[in-house]
Amino acid sequence: MNSKKQTLTAWLCLLPAIIFLGAFLVYPMIDVFIYSFEEGYNFASQSYFGIGGYNYSYVLHDPYFIQALKNTFIIVLITVPLSTGIALIISLALSSIDKLRELFQTIFFLPYVTNTLAVGLVFMILFQKTAYTDGMVNLLIRFFGGESVDFIDGPYSAKMFVMCFYTIWVVLPFKILILTSNLASVDPIYYKAAKIDATPKFRIFFKITLPMISPMVFYLVITGFIGAFKAYSDEVALFGTDLNAAGMNTIVGYIYDMLYGNSGGYPSYASAAAIILFAIVFTITIINLLVSEKTVYYQ
Amino acid sequence: MKIVLEHLTKKFPNRNKKIKEDVIAVNDFDYEIPNGKLIGLLGPSGCGKSTVLNLISGLEKPTNGKIHFGDDDVTELPAENRGVGLVFQNYALYPHLNVRENIRFPLENLRGKDKMTRDEMDRKVFETAKLVQIEGLLDRKPSEMSGGQQQRVAIARALVKQPKVLLLDEPLSNLDARLRLQTREELKRIQVETGITTIFVTHDQEEAMSICDTIVVMQDGRIMQHGNPQDVYDKPDNLFVAKFLGTPQINVFKGVVKAGTVFIGNDRIMMMEEDFEDRDVFVGIRPEGFIPDDSWNGRSEASDNKERLICEFRKLEVMGRDSSILCANEYFEGTMIRAIIASGTEIKTPGGEVAFNIKPNKIHIFDAKTGKVLH
Repeated sequence: MNSKKQTLTAWLCLLPAIIFLGAFLVYPMIDVFIYSFEEGYNFASQSYFGIGGYNYSYVLHDPYFIQALKNTFIIVLITVPLSTGIALIISLALSSIDKLRELFQTIFFLPYVTNTLAVGLVFMILFQKTAYTDGMVNLLIRFFGGESVDFIDGPYSAKMFVMCFYTIWVVLPFKILILTSNLASVDPIYYKAAKIDATPKFRIFFKITLPMISPMVFYLVITGFIGAFKAYSDEVALFGTDLNAAGMNTIVGYIYDMLYGNSGGYPSYASAAAIILFAIVFTITIINLLVSEKTVYYQ
Repeated sequence: MKIVLEHLTKKFPNRNKKIKEDVIAVNDFDYEIPNGKLIGLLGPSGCGKSTVLNLISGLEKPTNGKIHFGDDDVTELPAENRGVGLVFQNYALYPHLNVRENIRFPLENLRGKDKMTRDEMDRKVFETAKLVQIEGLLDRKPSEMSGGQQQRVAIARALVKQPKVLLLDEPLSNLDARLRLQTREELKRIQVETGITTIFVTHDQEEAMSICDTIVVMQDGRIMQHGNPQDVYDKPDNLFVAKFLGTPQINVFKGVVKAGTVFIGNDRIMMMEEDFEDRDVFVGIRPEGFIPDDSWNGRSEASDNKERLICEFRKLEVMGRDSSILCANEYFEGTMIRAIIASGTEIKTPGGEVAFNIKPNKIHIFDAKTGKVLH
């Protein structure tokens, strides 16, 4: 039977991936879920006190977690819309210039090929105020008559500003690349038809260009949200490994701390926090999908 | 509104960087398009007809020359302000909008005193949709419709703002044969009903001849001939036009004019009316111009110096009302001569050869060097 053999072959081809994903993705997820309900789990003795929601209530009342939650949400809500919007503007600009386009495309794409920690170091140099120097950004601020601010060790708003600036800077190139190529793939005949009908520029953008690229924009928004919720290494690059001291911890950082950090060795709390993160990202993604049904046009 | 095209020239820089000369797409195109008529721009691929359309619409700027809409010089006017309706070859319907929104799109751009309310717009959309007979499809998306329906939506979108001129770029190319016949009648009907000056571009001469009031035949960016379709068919100005119009194609022979008489090989064909120097010519004979000579009984008996063309008989194709005689002649430019006669006519083929008398109004003599018509 040809179709039976085909089905069997198909399953055989899928088998390695299923095993791999099962062992390293599905099983750990279920495991973490179970851990999160086991109270006071002890690695050494592999035993736990009981089953219940105590882990969740601890985590949700932990001030470090609340701070991390707050930080993460601020980063997500600021960087995702801003980076997508700025990428869109830059891509549109790039698509409308003719000469030197490739030069500018290269310039805008450069940050993508740099290393997170190296860039973090450079940002520290630019923004940090030490006993010896104010940092280059502060020099600029002073030049315009303001007071110098310590962006790395100073007030919370300054630190958050650098964090968002840095995050947007790092995610921008990839978004620009995707959007530029997507814009180029829109059939120019639609623009010609719109021109004949005397359509003003802003209307062309909102009624023709944007719907044509909406699947790509949607992709960038969803992956942007998911990525931003998992932010951690960018914070470490800027503020060092003791994020709690800097008040800039993120949810992922908190989970890491709970497992290995100074206060480490609490896998139950880490598991609970991980499941909370999962629930948040899941909800946001569902909301995004529901919004996309009305707004995204697939060809 | 009449359109005057004055010495229009459009040059494009050559893609091959080694060749310095520009590609001349439209070469000194000088023509006045009368108001309210259906004009066909006809020609083979690459002759510049779509470029002329783009120049009229404003999507391209001419290198030289002027364009007038009525009495206004619109050469410098951008496409947005010219008030033309353009139907693209592949329709260019906005795929994410339904039919109603597609047709309404141009109306939403109107500003100032032309600005319409939502109700007025919807009414206009419905009216235009009725004109092209798609009023039942207003809620569909373009992807949910057939080619012919999409075509009509594109026409409606072009007409809804009541343009001064309607331009169509090969509107029937993407349709199947049956739909093509149907749609071209629709086009004629719509043009007559609205009375808008309409120009459409095509490479199909049958299409152009059947519905146009005037046709303009182009080659290599130049006008080869223009006029009433029947006149252009009956009296071609040059060899190109004679060959381009007419299905089946005109039969072309190499011939000579000697002492006022036209010869194909040794066959006397006809006497020239005017005096012409002896020269080489091309003799074009329409398929319907052949009359089998019933006084012909073979070469041995042909002592009279009658005017006839002798060809080697190959085949007789009976196609219902008409029949085609396929034959060969060493001076013929092409593979097989096709002569169309009424079915049932007796054909004598002594010695495998058939002789024809030619109707004088179906012969066209062209100078071999210039291609211009002599008779």
